[in-house]
Amino acid sequence: MDKINDLKLMAAKTRLLAVDAVHGAKSGHPGGSLSCADALVALYFSKMNIDPANPKWEDRDRFVLSKGHCTPALYSVLALRGFFPVEDLKLFRSIKAHYSGHPDMKNVPGVDMSTGSLGQGLSAAVGMALAAKVSGKSYRTYAICGDGEIAEGQIWEAAMAAAKWKLGNLCMFLDSNGLQIDGKVEDVMPSAPLDKKFDAFNWNVLTINGHDFNEILAALKEAEKCTDKPTVIIMKTEKGKGVSFMENQAGWHGKAPDDEQYATAKAELEAVIAELEKEVK
Amino acid sequence: MAGKIATRGAYGEALVELAEKYPQLVVLDADLSGATMTKNFSKAYPDRFFNCGIAEANMTDIAAGMSTCGFKPFTNTFAIFAAGRCYEQVRNSIAYPGLNVTVVGSHGGISVGEDGATHQCIEDFSLMRTIPGMLVCCPCDGNEMKLAVEALINYEGPAYLRLGRAPVDIVTDETPDYKFELTKAALMKDGSDVTIIACGMNVQMALKAAELLAADGISARVINMHTIKPLDEEIVLKAAKETGCIVTSEEHSVIGGLGGAVSEFLAGTCPVPVVRHGVNDVFGRSGNVNAVLEHFGLTAEVLAEKAKQAIALKK
Repeated sequence: MDKINDLKLMAAKTRLLAVDAVHGAKSGHPGGSLSCADALVALYFSKMNIDPANPKWEDRDRFVLSKGHCTPALYSVLALRGFFPVEDLKLFRSIKAHYSGHPDMKNVPGVDMSTGSLGQGLSAAVGMALAAKVSGKSYRTYAICGDGEIAEGQIWEAAMAAAKWKLGNLCMFLDSNGLQIDGKVEDVMPSAPLDKKFDAFNWNVLTINGHDFNEILAALKEAEKCTDKPTVIIMKTEKGKGVSFMENQAGWHGKAPDDEQYATAKAELEAVIAELEKEVK
Repeated sequence: MAGKIATRGAYGEALVELAEKYPQLVVLDADLSGATMTKNFSKAYPDRFFNCGIAEANMTDIAAGMSTCGFKPFTNTFAIFAAGRCYEQVRNSIAYPGLNVTVVGSHGGISVGEDGATHQCIEDFSLMRTIPGMLVCCPCDGNEMKLAVEALINYEGPAYLRLGRAPVDIVTDETPDYKFELTKAALMKDGSDVTIIACGMNVQMALKAAELLAADGISARVINMHTIKPLDEEIVLKAAKETGCIVTSEEHSVIGGLGGAVSEFLAGTCPVPVVRHGVNDVFGRSGNVNAVLEHFGLTAEVLAEKAKQAIALKK
């Protein structure tokens, strides 16, 4: 799937399923899920070499959701991509199934790494990219980290290691929505300048609008050209993107909408979907 | 006896000796390869050795990632960092997903000696043992260590392996019918009055204590519990029933390690007196190995006294 409108439509469907899952579970993390939804859709519906019928295929591209709390978006994309039934999303965070609050590689088809403890996922992605390199495999490894997450020192340990081993097969999205649980990233723990930091760590640095599929796809293509350095795609995003009352609100980091709020969110996203469906036809 | 070697030394030899046979084996270190004894592997197999620098947490999760791609990583650093600093990486990124990584903690216990308390890890068994699904192993001598390394390469799942810094006597080669099997303890010496269950260098201590006890007419059984988790419950239960009291002995805090494991098990199955010999809930301190061991009462003499205490507690 490559047509931009098709991807936009898939992203809107992902957002609706993500909000639906959080509302159904009465808990979860909508804000950051909505901010990284477009990158996830670009990866799973355009970029990554994967086979939903064979989720453990050894030559597949790998993905690590280092900001593991954004399962509402990841599970929705995996379901839409065919790794498991969309209806299963109703079991998100339920004791009746294994769609746990944070990614569980043992039980959820398509999840390549169990994450949730911030700062660890990028290291695991480095391990996967390193494994590909030493075994002469051509698969690529992708990760998404949060801009609050990078306060974890281990992210920078991983960044140094990825550069040391010249992991051109590793591409990380930095979801720069500017917000974290306690407020603005710049207030909680300032991380700017992100581009200069990664540049200083010897990464290939690209900066894009994380809600523009043309820019996301172009950046992913550009990343592949850099074979001797890992790439970070710093994507400027909006937390809560696509649901008017959640946009740019730190308070929606880890909170479920009530029934009324859910109805509003659903109506907004369904309107977007209807509009895009017209265009796709 | 066949001489002395530190278990870390035997470990380093085993990695090199087994590398050809097991191409999936990869070794990661965090700037301690000269101490953890992975240096020879790094020279012989540079393409399978990854020095992660002084960044143990990153090393632990890199290993997790590599294991998902078919490799069998062994991570290497001091026990205090492997089990302490990286506790949560081991828990969440290796054990929770059930990944096939062996976390190796070298320089375990107080026999680190001169480096002192910051580097003397007496909590690693406890930390690693409480993680669901973790295997915890602490071989007693160089011979057993080599067998353990091969067994762990073949083991599928998360595991913790403790190595010691100080040279220790090789004793397993003289034990009749000795056979190494992960999760199955080795009976080092039979006896009927008391059972000493030990791991690591305390196995040698236990054998000496048994000699001291024999001089006083006491028959002590000695069990080498190289795998602390899963505990070989069968041999513990049999010992409790047949000898009526137990002494555990380890180079670890008396809280949460082998003594904890044996006590927990027996409390619910066959409550007999259990006396724990180890480090008594205090930090270590600097000194040469023997002085430190003596200071904390980790000697055959003190162990023999503990055995007498256990016998006195029998009904």
